[in-house]
Amino acid sequence: MAESVAQDHIRPLRATGTRRRRAGRDGKGWLFVGPFLAVFALTFLAPIGYAIYLSLFREQAFFGGRVFVGLDNYLDALQDPKFWEAFGRVAVFLVVQVPVMLILALLAALAIDSARLHAASFFRIVIFLPYAVPGVVAVLMWGYIYGNNFGLAADLNDLFGTSAIQPLSGTWMLPSIANIVTWEFVGYNMLIFYSALRTIPGELYEAAAIDGAGTFRTIRAVKLPALRGAIVIATIFSIIGSFQLFNEPNILRTLAPNVITTYYTPNMYAYNLSFAGQQFNYSATIAIVMGVITAIIAYVVQLRGSREAL
Amino acid sequence: MKSHLRGLRQLVVAGAALTALAVVAACGGGSSDDSASGGTTTGSADAVDAALKAGGEITYWSWTPSAQAQVDAFVKQYPNVKVNYVNAGTGNDHYTKLQNAIKAGSGAPDVAQIEYQALPQFALPGSLVDLNQYGFSQYESAYTASTWAAVHAGSGLFGLPQDSGPMALFYNKDVFDKYGLTVPKTWDEYVAAAKKLHAANPKAYITNDSGDAGFTTSMIWQAGGTPFKTDGKNISINLQDDGSKKWTGSWNQLVEGGLVSAIPGWTDEWFKALGDGTIATLPTGAWMPGVMEASVKAGAGKWRVAPMPTYDGRPATAENGGSTESVLKQSKNPALAAAFVRWLNHDEGVKPFLASGGFPATTADLEDPAFVGKASAYFGGQKINEVLTGAAGTVVKGWTYLPYELYANSIYGDTVGKSYQAKSDLDAGLKSWQDALVAYGNQQGFQVNG
Repeated sequence: MAESVAQDHIRPLRATGTRRRRAGRDGKGWLFVGPFLAVFALTFLAPIGYAIYLSLFREQAFFGGRVFVGLDNYLDALQDPKFWEAFGRVAVFLVVQVPVMLILALLAALAIDSARLHAASFFRIVIFLPYAVPGVVAVLMWGYIYGNNFGLAADLNDLFGTSAIQPLSGTWMLPSIANIVTWEFVGYNMLIFYSALRTIPGELYEAAAIDGAGTFRTIRAVKLPALRGAIVIATIFSIIGSFQLFNEPNILRTLAPNVITTYYTPNMYAYNLSFAGQQFNYSATIAIVMGVITAIIAYVVQLRGSREAL
Repeated sequence: MKSHLRGLRQLVVAGAALTALAVVAACGGGSSDDSASGGTTTGSADAVDAALKAGGEITYWSWTPSAQAQVDAFVKQYPNVKVNYVNAGTGNDHYTKLQNAIKAGSGAPDVAQIEYQALPQFALPGSLVDLNQYGFSQYESAYTASTWAAVHAGSGLFGLPQDSGPMALFYNKDVFDKYGLTVPKTWDEYVAAAKKLHAANPKAYITNDSGDAGFTTSMIWQAGGTPFKTDGKNISINLQDDGSKKWTGSWNQLVEGGLVSAIPGWTDEWFKALGDGTIATLPTGAWMPGVMEASVKAGAGKWRVAPMPTYDGRPATAENGGSTESVLKQSKNPALAAAFVRWLNHDEGVKPFLASGGFPATTADLEDPAFVGKASAYFGGQKINEVLTGAAGTVVKGWTYLPYELYANSIYGDTVGKSYQAKSDLDAGLKSWQDALVAYGNQQGFQVNG
């Protein structure tokens, strides 16, 4: 008896549920998703789709004449020594600069979180401050410091009577750019790490202390595992940032036009192809190839990061 | 005219590039029909006067310092014409926007400033109105031969000359006196002076040159070279012709010997070096005095002007920089736009331009005793215009720029710049520049021999 009552009671509920779902199919859900989808389609899908469309054609800047060339642009890009030189450069940059930056950020976050630092909030804001300086201004500022004929580099050379410090020369340009980027983004990554550290429940520290764990043991056993998600995110951001390197070399180009070529980084190459050479189709191709490579690498990092322990 | 705002320009460029992919996508499209269409607008000399009488509205893009003053004066004289003046950026920024508007099929101004070196790039694809149809060829006698040639592409007349930049040798007399240098008449003497100066003071250089496409082409021009020849779709490029070799023959000695400073032009340190004697001379265009007075205050009284050194001692020079104003094919009122161009560069508009320190292209102004005889306080009371207007008459004939000169300039650092960087043979750099230019031209549908 009780059972049947319950079933009777359930049936209408199910019926209502079906009706609700049907109502959903009528389109009410779309009303809610619609505004987002419209903006998403307009600002993300349309430009990407258009870039893909462009990359399938070849157009001459002077005589018009748009020709469908299929994947020819992609074949060209894959065999383009300028593109691979640019790619190789940002790859080296990625492998060297990102670990250095993230380790510095991690150390800063752990130090500030350790509660042993006097004026921790002061250091937090000071380390973060470079991120608040607009990127372009930051590079102009560093440009003055690096200047071979005036500025800090020149002064140091004068002081020691050498000309050994040449941050804008061919050999040192990439490290110089890496230094600027590190300076700019250590604070940003530190903040990601620091906020992840603040979410660790106090009980874990208490438990670690009761178990007799010292500072470094606590870092290894409690803090670092808790930071894993944040580290993966920061790494992915940094990979994307490295592959999109543009502002820093493009501005330093004024000071060292012969060192920084128009294809110094893939993004600079795409930009110059498009705006100096009017090779829009090939430029779109380069942008898409670079986007695909970035997406693959970021995806691999994410997979590995979430599977393996640190 | 060159810009000393290159840093700012880079800043704007960098900002724009944050959305590079989306922008690339957004700018690539549009119709390319206008590049193929011929001169659909037909007009006559009367149409220009009629359009001016009827009035209307036009848009004008320029970065000339005097542009606003000129527009104000024009509107005062012709109140029924409304001129929307826009400073769309300097040099490449301006061209990028112009190029994009032309490609998009709308949004281009009626009248735009275009440097002589960039004119073929806009004229040949049919983006500009041929002013011959308005009878503007009658103004030929008003301009110097070199600037009149510079506003032509093929047989078309695509603007009236605004200014000119015949080259002269600007030198720091204090430095010359201090180290016992005499003003060089030939490039051999110039090289000798470079060696003497640098030996006496290792911090001082005869000039700075870290590789500048505009300077290189002007120097080849002065040496009598014609590396670029265009005939419709056929282009020949020879950056190893006699003139080019003549230039590298002397300039290699300076670059390979480390006798030129690597300070890039138009930077703060460059202006500083011009003021403190680090850079002793500048072979550059006649528009330089205005720049020096504004940006090299420390050089006041020290600098003088002499004719360019030559290869055989006989006077010869080249143009460096200079602009024209052109009417865009997109203009809805090309006759009125042409009237504005005529006013700017032929009639009353020339005066405000000269008042702002510009160097004229008009022979009447170049011969005006008040202009020629003006003593310049900055140049120690020297009547510099005597030298500069003299230079305007000795420009070597026959020079043309590439139809894609702006692109060529953009990759100069990738190629010739490498030679400068390594202090090695400029000919090798010129060859790789040539190879890149030939490849690009062929890709773009030209038949390029090189």
